[in-house]
Amino acid sequence: MTATDPVIRVQREDFDIAAESARLTQGRSDVGAVVTFAGLCRDEGGTLAALELEHYPGMAEAEITRIAKQAAERWPVTGLTVIHRFGKIAPGENIVLVVASSAHRQAAFDAASFLMDFLKTRAPFWKKEHRKDGTTGEWVEAKDADDKAAERW
Amino acid sequence: MTKLVYFAWVRERIGVGEEQIDLPETVKTGADLLSWMKTRGENYEAALAVDNAIRIAVDQEHVDHDEPIGSPREIALFPPMTGG
Repeated sequence: MTATDPVIRVQREDFDIAAESARLTQGRSDVGAVVTFAGLCRDEGGTLAALELEHYPGMAEAEITRIAKQAAERWPVTGLTVIHRFGKIAPGENIVLVVASSAHRQAAFDAASFLMDFLKTRAPFWKKEHRKDGTTGEWVEAKDADDKAAERW
Repeated sequence: MTKLVYFAWVRERIGVGEEQIDLPETVKTGADLLSWMKTRGENYEAALAVDNAIRIAVDQEHVDHDEPIGSPREIALFPPMTGG
Protein backbone atom coordinates (compact mmCIF):
# COMPACT_ATOMS: atom_id res chain seq x y z
CA MET A 1 0.00 0.00 0.00
CA THR A 2 1.24 3.46 -0.82
CA ALA A 3 -1.37 5.47 1.00
CA THR A 4 -0.67 9.09 1.66
CA ASP A 5 -1.92 10.47 4.96
CA PRO A 6 -5.68 10.98 5.06
CA VAL A 7 -6.82 14.50 4.18
CA ILE A 8 -9.25 15.79 6.82
CA ARG A 9 -10.97 19.15 6.60
CA VAL A 10 -13.64 20.68 8.82
CA GLN A 11 -14.88 23.87 7.20
CA ARG A 12 -17.77 26.27 6.74
CA GLU A 13 -17.32 26.47 2.93
CA ASP A 14 -18.71 24.08 0.35
CA PHE A 15 -16.46 21.54 -1.37
CA ASP A 16 -15.95 20.46 -4.98
CA ILE A 17 -16.62 16.72 -5.28
CA ALA A 18 -14.98 16.34 -8.71
CA ALA A 19 -11.85 18.21 -7.65
CA GLU A 20 -11.50 16.16 -4.45
CA SER A 21 -11.93 12.93 -6.38
CA ALA A 22 -9.36 14.00 -9.00
CA ARG A 23 -6.84 14.84 -6.29
CA LEU A 24 -6.64 11.16 -5.26
CA THR A 25 -5.83 9.99 -8.80
CA GLN A 26 -3.70 12.79 -10.23
CA GLY A 27 -0.17 11.82 -11.21
CA ARG A 28 -0.56 8.15 -10.35
CA SER A 29 -1.54 5.04 -12.30
CA ASP A 30 -1.97 2.46 -9.52
CA VAL A 31 -5.52 3.52 -8.59
CA GLY A 32 -8.26 1.30 -9.98
CA ALA A 33 -11.19 2.52 -7.90
CA VAL A 34 -12.46 5.76 -6.43
CA VAL A 35 -15.57 5.80 -4.26
CA THR A 36 -17.09 9.16 -3.34
CA PHE A 37 -19.92 9.58 -0.86
CA ALA A 38 -21.58 12.94 -0.40
CA GLY A 39 -24.15 13.57 2.33
CA LEU A 40 -26.62 16.38 1.57
CA CYS A 41 -29.17 18.35 3.54
CA ARG A 42 -32.75 17.09 2.89
CA ASP A 43 -35.79 19.39 3.07
CA GLU A 44 -37.80 16.84 5.13
CA GLY A 45 -40.92 17.01 2.96
CA GLY A 46 -40.58 20.73 2.35
CA THR A 47 -40.65 21.70 6.04
CA LEU A 48 -36.96 22.36 6.64
CA ALA A 49 -35.40 25.78 5.94
CA ALA A 50 -31.87 24.85 7.04
CA LEU A 51 -29.78 22.69 9.27
CA GLU A 52 -27.36 24.30 11.66
CA LEU A 53 -24.31 22.16 12.31
CA GLU A 54 -22.46 22.73 15.55
CA HIS A 55 -19.07 21.07 16.04
CA TYR A 56 -16.35 20.71 18.64
CA PRO A 57 -13.37 22.51 17.07
CA GLY A 58 -10.18 20.53 17.48
CA MET A 59 -11.84 17.30 18.54
CA ALA A 60 -13.83 17.11 15.28
CA GLU A 61 -10.61 17.05 13.25
CA ALA A 62 -8.88 14.75 15.76
CA GLU A 63 -11.70 12.21 15.86
CA ILE A 64 -12.13 12.09 12.08
CA THR A 65 -8.36 11.60 11.78
CA ARG A 66 -8.51 8.68 14.24
CA ILE A 67 -11.35 7.06 12.25
CA ALA A 68 -9.56 7.61 8.92
CA LYS A 69 -6.35 6.08 10.26
CA GLN A 70 -8.28 2.99 11.36
CA ALA A 71 -9.77 2.70 7.88
CA ALA A 72 -6.31 3.06 6.30
CA GLU A 73 -4.95 0.29 8.54
CA ARG A 74 -7.84 -2.01 7.78
CA TRP A 75 -8.11 -1.68 4.00
CA PRO A 76 -5.43 -1.26 1.31
CA VAL A 77 -6.53 2.22 0.29
CA THR A 78 -4.30 4.51 -1.76
CA GLY A 79 -5.98 7.67 -0.50
CA LEU A 80 -8.69 8.95 1.85
CA THR A 81 -10.32 12.37 2.06
CA VAL A 82 -12.98 13.44 4.55
CA ILE A 83 -14.54 16.91 4.51
CA HIS A 84 -17.25 17.86 6.99
CA ARG A 85 -18.98 21.23 6.94
CA PHE A 86 -20.37 23.22 9.85
CA GLY A 87 -22.62 26.27 10.13
CA LYS A 88 -25.98 26.85 8.44
CA ILE A 89 -26.65 24.52 5.51
CA ALA A 90 -29.72 24.79 3.25
CA PRO A 91 -31.61 21.85 1.71
CA GLY A 92 -29.79 20.62 -1.37
CA GLU A 93 -26.38 21.72 -0.10
CA ASN A 94 -23.50 19.41 0.77
CA ILE A 95 -22.77 18.44 4.38
CA VAL A 96 -20.09 15.77 4.23
CA LEU A 97 -17.76 14.17 1.70
CA VAL A 98 -15.83 10.92 1.89
CA VAL A 99 -13.50 9.90 -0.93
CA ALA A 100 -11.64 6.57 -0.83
CA SER A 101 -9.32 5.27 -3.52
CA SER A 102 -7.69 1.87 -3.92
CA ALA A 103 -6.34 -0.56 -6.51
CA HIS A 104 -9.53 -2.64 -6.41
CA ARG A 105 -13.09 -1.55 -5.71
CA GLN A 106 -13.94 -3.48 -2.54
CA ALA A 107 -11.40 -1.73 -0.33
CA ALA A 108 -12.63 1.69 -1.49
CA PHE A 109 -16.31 0.79 -0.97
CA ASP A 110 -15.68 -0.69 2.47
CA ALA A 111 -13.40 2.09 3.70
CA ALA A 112 -15.91 4.77 2.59
CA SER A 113 -18.80 2.94 4.25
CA PHE A 114 -16.84 2.36 7.48
CA LEU A 115 -15.82 6.02 7.58
CA MET A 116 -19.39 7.23 7.23
CA ASP A 117 -20.75 4.84 9.87
CA PHE A 118 -18.13 5.98 12.38
CA LEU A 119 -18.42 9.67 11.47
CA LYS A 120 -22.12 9.45 12.32
CA THR A 121 -21.57 7.93 15.74
CA ARG A 122 -18.18 9.33 16.88
CA ALA A 123 -17.41 12.64 15.17
CA PRO A 124 -18.52 15.55 17.41
CA PHE A 125 -21.11 17.29 15.23
CA TRP A 126 -24.73 18.09 16.11
CA LYS A 127 -27.58 19.15 13.81
CA LYS A 128 -30.29 21.60 14.74
CA GLU A 129 -33.32 22.10 12.53
CA HIS A 130 -34.59 25.48 11.37
CA ARG A 131 -38.16 25.15 10.10
CA LYS A 132 -39.75 26.95 7.14
CA ASP A 133 -42.50 28.32 9.42
CA GLY A 134 -39.83 30.44 11.12
CA THR A 135 -39.54 28.33 14.27
CA THR A 136 -36.28 26.90 15.46
CA GLY A 137 -36.92 23.21 15.51
CA GLU A 138 -35.37 20.51 17.58
CA TRP A 139 -31.89 19.13 17.81
CA VAL A 140 -31.80 16.07 15.57
CA GLU A 141 -31.85 12.92 17.69
CA ALA A 142 -29.24 10.22 17.29
CA LYS A 143 -30.61 7.09 15.65
CA ASP A 144 -30.22 3.54 16.95
CA ALA A 145 -29.85 2.48 13.31
CA ASP A 146 -26.63 4.51 13.12
CA ASP A 147 -25.21 2.75 16.21
CA LYS A 148 -26.14 -0.62 14.68
CA ALA A 149 -24.49 0.34 11.40
CA ALA A 150 -21.25 1.15 13.24
CA GLU A 151 -21.41 -2.07 15.27
CA ARG A 152 -21.31 -4.29 12.17
CA TRP A 153 -17.65 -3.39 11.61
CA MET B 1 -8.58 24.40 37.06
CA THR B 2 -10.18 22.37 34.34
CA LYS B 3 -11.87 23.82 31.28
CA LEU B 4 -15.37 22.39 30.84
CA VAL B 5 -16.98 22.77 27.41
CA TYR B 6 -20.56 22.02 26.41
CA PHE B 7 -22.25 21.47 23.07
CA ALA B 8 -25.71 21.36 21.46
CA TRP B 9 -28.62 21.05 23.92
CA VAL B 10 -26.28 20.44 26.85
CA ARG B 11 -24.77 23.89 26.18
CA GLU B 12 -28.23 25.47 25.76
CA ARG B 13 -29.58 23.99 29.00
CA ILE B 14 -26.52 24.87 31.07
CA GLY B 15 -26.54 28.36 29.56
CA VAL B 16 -22.82 28.76 28.84
CA GLY B 17 -20.50 27.22 26.26
CA GLU B 18 -17.50 26.84 28.54
CA GLU B 19 -16.22 27.57 32.04
CA GLN B 20 -13.20 26.98 34.25
CA ILE B 21 -13.94 24.77 37.23
CA ASP B 22 -11.98 23.45 40.21
CA LEU B 23 -13.02 19.81 40.33
CA PRO B 24 -13.28 18.28 43.82
CA GLU B 25 -10.98 15.36 44.58
CA THR B 26 -13.98 13.04 44.86
CA VAL B 27 -14.52 13.31 41.09
CA LYS B 28 -12.54 10.38 39.70
CA THR B 29 -14.65 9.04 36.83
CA GLY B 30 -17.01 10.49 34.24
CA ALA B 31 -19.97 9.21 36.29
CA ASP B 32 -18.60 11.00 39.39
CA LEU B 33 -18.30 14.17 37.36
CA LEU B 34 -21.92 14.00 36.19
CA SER B 35 -23.21 13.35 39.74
CA TRP B 36 -21.24 16.27 41.12
CA MET B 37 -22.17 18.62 38.26
CA LYS B 38 -25.86 18.00 38.91
CA THR B 39 -25.47 19.45 42.42
CA ARG B 40 -24.24 22.76 40.99
CA GLY B 41 -27.68 24.13 40.07
CA GLU B 42 -31.00 23.58 38.36
CA ASN B 43 -29.60 24.30 34.91
CA TYR B 44 -26.98 21.58 35.35
CA GLU B 45 -29.58 19.21 36.71
CA ALA B 46 -31.80 19.84 33.67
CA ALA B 47 -28.94 19.44 31.19
CA LEU B 48 -27.49 16.28 32.71
CA ALA B 49 -30.67 14.60 34.01
CA VAL B 50 -30.30 11.46 31.91
CA ASP B 51 -26.82 10.03 32.37
CA ASN B 52 -26.84 7.77 29.33
CA ALA B 53 -27.82 10.69 27.08
CA ILE B 54 -24.52 12.41 27.89
CA ARG B 55 -21.23 11.70 26.13
CA ILE B 56 -17.94 12.68 27.76
CA ALA B 57 -14.65 13.61 26.07
CA VAL B 58 -11.43 14.12 28.03
CA ASP B 59 -8.79 16.21 26.28
CA GLN B 60 -10.76 15.72 23.05
CA GLU B 61 -11.05 11.92 23.22
CA HIS B 62 -14.22 9.94 23.97
CA VAL B 63 -14.28 8.18 27.34
CA ASP B 64 -16.82 5.83 28.93
CA HIS B 65 -18.60 7.00 32.08
CA ASP B 66 -16.77 4.46 34.25
CA GLU B 67 -13.28 5.45 33.04
CA PRO B 68 -11.01 7.55 35.24
CA ILE B 69 -10.75 11.12 33.98
CA GLY B 70 -7.33 11.87 35.48
CA SER B 71 -6.37 15.54 35.63
CA PRO B 72 -7.13 16.83 32.14
CA ARG B 73 -6.91 20.31 30.67
CA GLU B 74 -10.34 20.03 29.07
CA ILE B 75 -13.50 17.98 29.58
CA ALA B 76 -16.45 18.15 27.17
CA LEU B 77 -20.04 17.12 27.83
CA PHE B 78 -22.43 16.73 24.92
CA PRO B 79 -25.38 14.72 23.58
CA PRO B 80 -25.00 11.74 21.21
CA MET B 81 -23.58 12.99 17.94
CA THR B 82 -25.66 13.57 14.81
CA GLY B 83 -23.16 14.59 12.15
CA GLY B 84 -22.47 12.97 8.80
